Amino acid sequence: MSAVPGAAGTRHEAARYEAVIGIEVHCKLRTASKMFCACSTAYDGAAPNSHTCPVCLGLPGVLPTINRRAVQLVLATGLAIDAELAPTTRWDRKNYFYPDLPKGYQISQYQLPLAADGRLAFDTSEGPVTIRIRRAHLEEDTARLVHAELGGRRVSLVDFNRAGVPLMEVVTEPDVRTAEQARRYAEELRLVLRAIGASDAEMENGQLRVEANVSLRPAGREELGTRVEVKNMNSFRAVERAIAHEIERQAEVLNAGGSVHQETRGWDDARQATYLMRIKESEDDYRYFPEPDLPPLRVAPAWLDEIGGTLPELPGTRRARYREALGLSAYDAAVIVADPGATELFEGTLAEAADLAPKAVANWVTGEYLRLSRAGGAGAPEASAPGSTAPAARAPLAGHAGQPATAIAGRVTPAALAALLRLVADGQLSGTNAKEVFAAHFASGQAVAAIVEARGLRQISDADVIAAAVDRVLAASPAAVADYRAGKAQALGFLVGQVMKATRGQANAGAVQGALRERLDRTEA
Amino acid sequence: MSELTRRTAHEMAGLLRRGETSARELAEAHLAEVERTDRALHAWLSLDPERALEEADEADARLDVARHEGPAALDALHPLLGVPVALKDLVSVRGGQATAGSRILAGYRPPYDAHIAECLRDAGAVILGKTNMDEFAMGSSTEHSAFGPTANPWALDRVPGGSSGGSAAAVAAYHVPLAIGTDTGGSIRQPAALCGIVGMKPTYGRVSRYGIVAFASSLDQVGPLGRDARDAAALLHAVAGRDERDSTSAPIPVPDGLLRLAADDDEAAAELRGKRLGLPREYFVPGMEPGVEARVREGVAALEAAGATVEEVSLPHTEYGLATYYIIAPAEASANLARYDGIRFGFSVREPAADFIADYKATRGQGFGAEVKRRIMLGTYALSAGYYDAYYLKAQKVRTLIKADFDALWARGFDALVAPTSPSVAFRFGARMADPVAMYLSDACTLPVNMAGLPGVSFPCGLADGLPVGLQLIAGPWREAELLRLVRAYEAVTAGADWRRLEPAELGLAAVPDAPTPAERASALAAADRVASSTAGWPAT
Repeated sequence: MSAVPGAAGTRHEAARYEAVIGIEVHCKLRTASKMFCACSTAYDGAAPNSHTCPVCLGLPGVLPTINRRAVQLVLATGLAIDAELAPTTRWDRKNYFYPDLPKGYQISQYQLPLAADGRLAFDTSEGPVTIRIRRAHLEEDTARLVHAELGGRRVSLVDFNRAGVPLMEVVTEPDVRTAEQARRYAEELRLVLRAIGASDAEMENGQLRVEANVSLRPAGREELGTRVEVKNMNSFRAVERAIAHEIERQAEVLNAGGSVHQETRGWDDARQATYLMRIKESEDDYRYFPEPDLPPLRVAPAWLDEIGGTLPELPGTRRARYREALGLSAYDAAVIVADPGATELFEGTLAEAADLAPKAVANWVTGEYLRLSRAGGAGAPEASAPGSTAPAARAPLAGHAGQPATAIAGRVTPAALAALLRLVADGQLSGTNAKEVFAAHFASGQAVAAIVEARGLRQISDADVIAAAVDRVLAASPAAVADYRAGKAQALGFLVGQVMKATRGQANAGAVQGALRERLDRTEA
Repeated sequence: MSELTRRTAHEMAGLLRRGETSARELAEAHLAEVERTDRALHAWLSLDPERALEEADEADARLDVARHEGPAALDALHPLLGVPVALKDLVSVRGGQATAGSRILAGYRPPYDAHIAECLRDAGAVILGKTNMDEFAMGSSTEHSAFGPTANPWALDRVPGGSSGGSAAAVAAYHVPLAIGTDTGGSIRQPAALCGIVGMKPTYGRVSRYGIVAFASSLDQVGPLGRDARDAAALLHAVAGRDERDSTSAPIPVPDGLLRLAADDDEAAAELRGKRLGLPREYFVPGMEPGVEARVREGVAALEAAGATVEEVSLPHTEYGLATYYIIAPAEASANLARYDGIRFGFSVREPAADFIADYKATRGQGFGAEVKRRIMLGTYALSAGYYDAYYLKAQKVRTLIKADFDALWARGFDALVAPTSPSVAFRFGARMADPVAMYLSDACTLPVNMAGLPGVSFPCGLADGLPVGLQLIAGPWREAELLRLVRAYEAVTAGADWRRLEPAELGLAAVPDAPTPAERASALAAADRVASSTAGWPAT
């Protein structure tokens, strides 16, 4: 098969089938302490097992206590995805043995998740999509296993710093149909989580882990095919490619008369292919039962009101407002909202100068700002606009270890962009020169006015000055004047160029053209 | 033998305040008593004399300061200040041991203190060491300890009950006036009954479980064992109360009344006047020993004679108690005991050139005893897919019905229920080891109280065939002080009884140098039984 899964050459393989995809996202919540003890979650770069206590080590006799902030963040997420929030929820033990699971069970929520029956809407290249979300619940993370060689012996070491960190699991209904929808769902969920402050949701360092259950069925059929769980997708691009690859792989198996096995497959980014991790011969039996160490949790309506009252504007609402109230295109709205730096610049600039046309501001933000900030490489935002395919090559992310990549690459303040746009609107700066000023400001942080002055870019709109220059050029260019009068319209362009040259580019091009026309047409008559 | 050890804790408190003894003297006297008889009893798994004497000296220093400041300062001290206590070996004390009677925890040193260990330190109690118990508190005889059985001071070839058998034997044998136990289905009350002392299981949520090695989380509760109601009340007072680290501990105030149980017998006895007590007929179970029933009925008569009205009542779902308990408790235990995997602490077996599953199997296979394995299997089965609804879920529903039985009686205005604690007196080593169900039946009268989360107390009501019989009182939630006042009243009205003046019958025998250990007695009995049974099988000549 083709080396590029999902590329046009192989897409026909899957055309006879419909993919049915469900997505599970595990996300590390932004809390200061762990889910059931007071240990700090700021263990990045710390020595192994330095952020532990008897509780998260699962020593005999310890008991869990609930992290209120973690519950609050899941409730906020529930509100943001329009879910039903349980007035009473409880905790369950999920039992299995593994060295990274200190108690031999994970405290999770099985029967009564904090949030259920939500939805998330977003745009794709094929139009808007809404994915139903089955549930969002709280649980605790496991320890980290490190496989190493110690004194010539292969050993597995356990670092319990991560054990007990609050995780939110968000599970969709099997509503996703394409690899692009899967990527867009994950991107949109991240936007929501970041907007409400629930998580930094960096895929690269495991704060957001995406798993997909992929099955195929013949187009038009109801019953579901055998599903395969796909894991190890470490970027949004990997989500799209892994799922596209898996759809393609299953289609080939089915076309060859084979059957898909229920198994777990991992995504190999280097080989751009999924590989078999383990075969599931039967459903795992986790022997769930209610956690007797924690009483049921009742969510007071007043608390819920308080959380709802402090929710910020959500990405979907914001996009709609940009389109409907500010007149932006759907594309511009999506591009701006997808990038926190762009959103901040756009909102800030409009707040700074309400007289500026939102569309003009949006053009600058989606054009020059994002072009420069992405080219800058200092934390290029990963999310891409709907309809665009994930970029094939991307500048490597600098300094992302442990730190969320900030989206603002250069130093463009809303005040600077507002000043720049005012100069353009007042005719004091040409569009071309404005781009130069913007780039210089982006690189140096120098004030816009200072750059304009230093580079002598202030535009000449004074009619007398322009008229004088026009006169000089007309006198010096009889051939071009003759051509124009003979009906060669392009001669006007030459004459404009001459005037601009004479004014070292500072003349207002529109005014020059107007003045030339007026002179030529008048003397002609 | 020092007469000091024969005093109650509240008497010791008086001696200490009057300067007639010191905490150090008390600690030394009790340690000497342990030394004298524990070879034959094996009530203790560990003693820490050095630390105990340090704590005693601290208590003496606090007493000195208070005595200097005057009577008000002395009154403000907790009555347990300077009093020796024992802890069941499942209470975590930083740097000590906490084996829970299991090989799998041998060598484990808790790096933190249980909530109740902090409470006892605040009160100034002197912890002498840790007592024997059935492994992970699973058992009713202390024979399931990985470190050998404990003997009953009343009859050295008999069990002290369990699982808090070491604590009960230590209190009965005057090693300490008070001990901490835990009760999941009767593990405080049944050994208290079999050793002739007072033992209370408080309301679920009354005492923090933080730092107590867990058996069955929804049933486990920490409680006191002592030689009278006043002592037990003082120990409960010291350890009870809300602890943020145990989400199931209740924010209900601990009544100071626990420290003010009447000293005067007439005043104490007056408590019984007008009290309405229920006598649940289902607790007189088939197979109950006649001597036990006789003492229990006499005890009930004494309560009536003192002015209480006693009415026969029914707790109709009692008969399902045992079956549901043996689903819920093992289910919770199967999860609670999953952490013993040999990876982070305790006993660990590494299988060379094998995966971690092999290590798990070897560690758990060798680390757990037979009874613990039996219950892990029961619990794992009950929680498995396809069986959960039929077993665990059903058991939880029956549990609700059992609780409703009690609630109905409280709604009818009963102050408390009076019942036997155990259907039998202390049994001989080995008598129930071959038959798990016979062992489980030891708790038929106590485990419904755990299922309902209620407070229950066992206290001595006489002897049958020279062995102690326990009477049980059960009340509505948070009514521990009321229960202990009733026990105190019963003590007052029976103060003149002959059996009250008796010390455990074989305590003298226990003091004989080189007396056999309980393990030796148990194996001698087992050998004799083998001979008897093989003899019985011979054809008649």
